[in-house]
Amino acid sequence: MISALSRVFPIATVVAAIMVVWYGFTVYLNSPWQIDRYEKAGIEWQMGDLVRDTMAHDRPVLPAPHQIAIEIWKTTVEKKITSKRSLIFHGSVTLSSTLLGFAMGTILGIGLAVSIVENRAMDKSLMPWIITSQTIPILAIAPMIIVVLNAVGLSGLVPKAMISTYLSFFPVVVGMVKGLRSPDPMHIDLMRTYNSSRLHMFWKLRLPASVPFLFASMKVAIAISLVGAIVGELPTGAVAGLGARLLAGSYYGQTIQIWSALISAACMAAILVTVVSVISHVTLKRMGLRA
Amino acid sequence: MTSKTTRSKVIEAEKLGLTFDANDGPVHALKDVDLAIEKGDFVSFIGPSGCGKTTLLRVIADLEHPTAGSITVNGMTPEQARLERAYGYVFQAPALLAWRTIERNIGLPLEIMGLSAAEKADRVARTLELVGLDGFGRKFPWQLSGGMQQRASIARALAFDADLLLMDEPFGALDEIVRDHLNEQLLQLWKKTGKTICFVTHSIPEAVYLSNKIVVMSPRPGRVTDIIESDLPAERPLDIRESKRFLEIAQRVRTGLREGHSYE
Ligand SMILES: Nc1ncnc2c1ncn2[C@@H]1O[C@H](COP(=O)(O)OP(=O)(O)O)[C@@H](O)[C@H]1O
Ligand SMILES: [Mg+2]
Repeated sequence: MISALSRVFPIATVVAAIMVVWYGFTVYLNSPWQIDRYEKAGIEWQMGDLVRDTMAHDRPVLPAPHQIAIEIWKTTVEKKITSKRSLIFHGSVTLSSTLLGFAMGTILGIGLAVSIVENRAMDKSLMPWIITSQTIPILAIAPMIIVVLNAVGLSGLVPKAMISTYLSFFPVVVGMVKGLRSPDPMHIDLMRTYNSSRLHMFWKLRLPASVPFLFASMKVAIAISLVGAIVGELPTGAVAGLGARLLAGSYYGQTIQIWSALISAACMAAILVTVVSVISHVTLKRMGLRA
Repeated sequence: MTSKTTRSKVIEAEKLGLTFDANDGPVHALKDVDLAIEKGDFVSFIGPSGCGKTTLLRVIADLEHPTAGSITVNGMTPEQARLERAYGYVFQAPALLAWRTIERNIGLPLEIMGLSAAEKADRVARTLELVGLDGFGRKFPWQLSGGMQQRASIARALAFDADLLLMDEPFGALDEIVRDHLNEQLLQLWKKTGKTICFVTHSIPEAVYLSNKIVVMSPRPGRVTDIIESDLPAERPLDIRESKRFLEIAQRVRTGLREGHSYE
């Protein structure tokens, strides 16, 4: 009980502080426009009026937290999932391409890592390219890639997932290579004294040793996959997904909509990372590794 | 020790040498080592650290390749012996796989050898009992004390059931009492199984207590300076260590160590 409280308390304090600052900025950032309106209309105003009115704009510079909360409530609970205005609909579009991209990235990453560790030539030839691949500012050119892929007939889920794959395979390769190479030289010698085959060396030593590294990479990979999926939804023409919501919101100055999409994306990222963490924790525990 | 000629040689080394090419010049880890170990011997290798004890054991195990001289294990090259799984090796640290229970750690070499599940279970149970770890098979390594982990690693080498056991300071990190206990158990095991055991240590009493042959080594370059045949009786209670004969042998080992050691 005490320990639960002592864990919640610091978090609650930070959240409360953020809220106070946020509300402060809401009033501050929205007041020039509001004061301008008071003056044009010749309305006498008090500080209390200003605070109330700056938090009730339709298209505020910065919406107040409760406005975002109400918007999220309206677009999730009070909308049918099939509706184009449902945040759950858009969220699930983003989620499916995130998960597809993450799965492909993880498989690709593991495959590359295995071939790098098991094959000296691959190590020499592949690794520089993998590093180089990440120097391309994919996030900046992602919209272009989506447009190009659309032009060649690839549209919908797959192109977006490919952006996620491109981003997420990298941490997996790096972590997995490190993991597959993590066994102690003594353990490798041990296997040699058993006249172990390469295959046994891999299955019974390298692969299990790499599992903690894999999970650590997957936590990074899934978060970055979500970023990739959202960026992939930004180009004009994208009609669904949190990224499309962001873009549409910014076209029409719907700041509340932008912020609710942002907050939803952040929550989704937190949930995804937590899910991977929990799976990691359970798996490592079952393996007898103290996670 | 009378029937030397009739016993077969398990290890024979002649003018064996190994030089490492380190960054700051060559390191003569072994030089001109002549050695003959017969079947059923319990041989201790003793010497100050850096005298090549580990290197010698690793050469026997084909984990290191000599740069001079010759060596045979069971009449074969060390590589052939390794490929035939002629020896079990106990490292200085337990070297257990953290994600396997004690049982499955001991079963690891047996899986690699492709034994049947029944045979495997049988051997695991037998060796667990042999090292006094029955009841701990389902535990993970971290749930065991250092001494128990080291016993598990010995069990693993025993389950392998090779006639030759190579042990590199297996009890080096353990406290005195646990060490005494394991020494007794190891002697029992040696008598029971008749294995040939090569045992690295830097403790004089341990070497004298366990062995029928003590190889004294000295560093820079690593070489054998004395080989002492011990005539202590096969039955060795712990208090044999206070007997006159024991102390005489220990004294000879000590002298050998001192002569080989230069304090420059
Ligand atoms: N892989 C290696 N590369 C270079 N030098 C080594 C290597 N292994 C051991 N040595 C050196 O060889 C000498 C003998 O080492 P070692 O056999 O481990 O001694 P001991 O086990 O008797 O303490 C030491 O000087 C050590 O530094
Ligand atoms: Mg050593």
